[in-house]
Amino acid sequence: MDKYVLLRHRDTPDIHKLSVYGEYTALQKAVTTLTPEQVINEVKVSGLRGRGGAGFPAGVKWSFVPKDRLPHYVTVNADESEPGTFKDRELMEFNPHQVIEGAAIAAYAVGATRVYHYLRGEFKSVARRMQAALDEAYAAGYLGQNVFGTHVEIQMFLHLGAGAYICGEESALLESLEGKRGQPRLRPPFPAVVGLYNQPTVINNTETMANVPYILNHGAEAYKKLGTEKSPGTKIFCLSGMVKRPGNYEAELGKISFRDLIFGENFGQGMMVEGRNVKAILPSGASGPIVTEAALDVLLDYESVAAAGTILGSASVIVLDDSIDMVWAAGKVTHFFRHESCGKCTPCREGTYWMEKQYQDILKGKATLADVQLLQDVAQQIIGKCLCPLGEFATSPVLSSFQHFQAEYEARATDAKKVVPAKAASAKAAATPTAAKTADTKAVPTT
Amino acid sequence: MTNETMTPLLEKYATQIETVLSKYPPDRKQSAVLPLLYLAQREYGYCTPEAIREVAEIAGVEPTEVDAVVGFYTLFYDHPVGKHVVQVCNDLPCALRGSDQFLEHACQKLGLDKHQVEHGGATTADGEFTLESVVCLAACDKAPLLQIDLEYFERLTPEEFDRLIEEYRKK
Ligand SMILES: Cc1cc2nc3c(=O)[nH]c(=O)nc-3n(C[C@H](O)[C@H](O)[C@H](O)COP(=O)(O)O)c2cc1C
Ligand code: SF4
Ligand code: FES
Repeated sequence: MDKYVLLRHRDTPDIHKLSVYGEYTALQKAVTTLTPEQVINEVKVSGLRGRGGAGFPAGVKWSFVPKDRLPHYVTVNADESEPGTFKDRELMEFNPHQVIEGAAIAAYAVGATRVYHYLRGEFKSVARRMQAALDEAYAAGYLGQNVFGTHVEIQMFLHLGAGAYICGEESALLESLEGKRGQPRLRPPFPAVVGLYNQPTVINNTETMANVPYILNHGAEAYKKLGTEKSPGTKIFCLSGMVKRPGNYEAELGKISFRDLIFGENFGQGMMVEGRNVKAILPSGASGPIVTEAALDVLLDYESVAAAGTILGSASVIVLDDSIDMVWAAGKVTHFFRHESCGKCTPCREGTYWMEKQYQDILKGKATLADVQLLQDVAQQIIGKCLCPLGEFATSPVLSSFQHFQAEYEARATDAKKVVPAKAASAKAAATPTAAKTADTKAVPTT
Repeated sequence: MTNETMTPLLEKYATQIETVLSKYPPDRKQSAVLPLLYLAQREYGYCTPEAIREVAEIAGVEPTEVDAVVGFYTLFYDHPVGKHVVQVCNDLPCALRGSDQFLEHACQKLGLDKHQVEHGGATTADGEFTLESVVCLAACDKAPLLQIDLEYFERLTPEEFDRLIEEYRKK
């Protein structure tokens, strides 16, 4: 294969210009030689799975859209607000035509004439680059009333959010696109049946869309040769935290491990601070269970990462070295979820509030062992009681950090000495500049 | 635009508003609430009650609905803010690469209280800058970083921060 399927601008600078990207050959092939069903089938056979987190097969999702009940819509999820995720931004800034072409093919496949890219509000500058690419595509006749001279119509628009992580959740995204508060809808019905303006709507992540032109240009069989049988294709891994070279790295799914990603010469090149070791990894931004250095050799595909007890999600790999106080880190993530809870359900709204407060108490040295236990109980109580997955996401860093680093929690309890011989842990935490310093600046009541 | 009363926004930004509305189906003008609020906020400095009324009128919804939208999203303000809004990311991935020290420097430079900056933001006495500590901005590999008025400035040193502030002070 060429080195890149997605981050092609790294080999071909200026590919954001249509003159360099070239014709939309995949879209042309679709609208002039294939039926919508054939396009859906090709994507189904390719095994392409959604890159926004859940890994649902894209072609299967497209096939859920009913043939009638027009109009249909396609929305592209470019909310990209998961901590540690910055891949959709790079695609839109540097390889926007591939995103646009993929989305246009999706529109043709499901019979949609309108496509909305939902970009987080902070992507104002990203939107400028996308708009420039859209303008070029319209001018070339790849979008508009008569795509490639056929009577296929595809209109494509950008819509900016305004600062709310929850709008990445697909039903909240639709609410936001309708001009309302971004609060998730009750499901079912699913968006493929009742979506934007109550019409059938396909929602896919930006990176998912960027895979589609390759599949049509080279065929599903060629695509399936990349990656593993159940996780075909390449994926962009967002590597952040305490590595030498953070950034986006594209690799075939299941062909590299966490260790390769963090230490590989073509990847992270090792730890940010020489001599430090990996202490913990957040494989899916804030939202998945934390794992330890014991997971370093796990291969990066959906199945292998799940077998290791966590999730690949959007593949936002945050690396923490052994100078980091895990209570502080889990508290930081908890702050994120408290801040981003949309407030619709009580267990999530109140639970994240209490968990953040408990972290502040623990970090301030004002918590007992019973309080530490209470934090776990609050997390447990959120599970299974929420309308959308955010509530449950909020519990996984709490529970998983406790599971792996219980001693660090207990060492901070006021009555710790009675139960845990925690000298080592607390001495280490105190000696850590990052940990100690941030701990006491963060240790302030919220209201 | 039909025979609605001309709001000041409509008068001043007729073509821009027309373009915004044309993105959505004609009977779905409510979808324009977010883009219209950005426009109104730029015009009035923040989402004033008047701005909210105008947006509601253009989008054909109740002002209370627009008010709820303003309250929900962090990028809309229902109170005066500085001429420039500076958002420093201090979420976990950035904090692992020194964003907290960077934020401290930003607070010092602008003479603002860090606790306030971390809890809703703080504004300089001259009304030039509002500084906020925010969650992930999708640029974690380029820490420390910030946005001023939603434009990215990445991999910053404290000196670069100071220069940036001087530059924006003149804008
Ligand atoms: C709280 C929450 C936040 C989410 N944020 C995003 C996001 O920023 N981008 C994204 O593509 N999907 C996000 N998702 C997943 C979407 O709901 C949806 O599954 C996805 O956009 C479908 O596209 P895909 O099948 O191509 O992955 C989020 C889900 C939840 C529950
Ligand atoms: S779980 Fe949380 S974010 Fe999701 S709908 Fe309920 S309150 Fe909102
Ligand atoms: S954590 Fe700062 S940009 Fe992602």
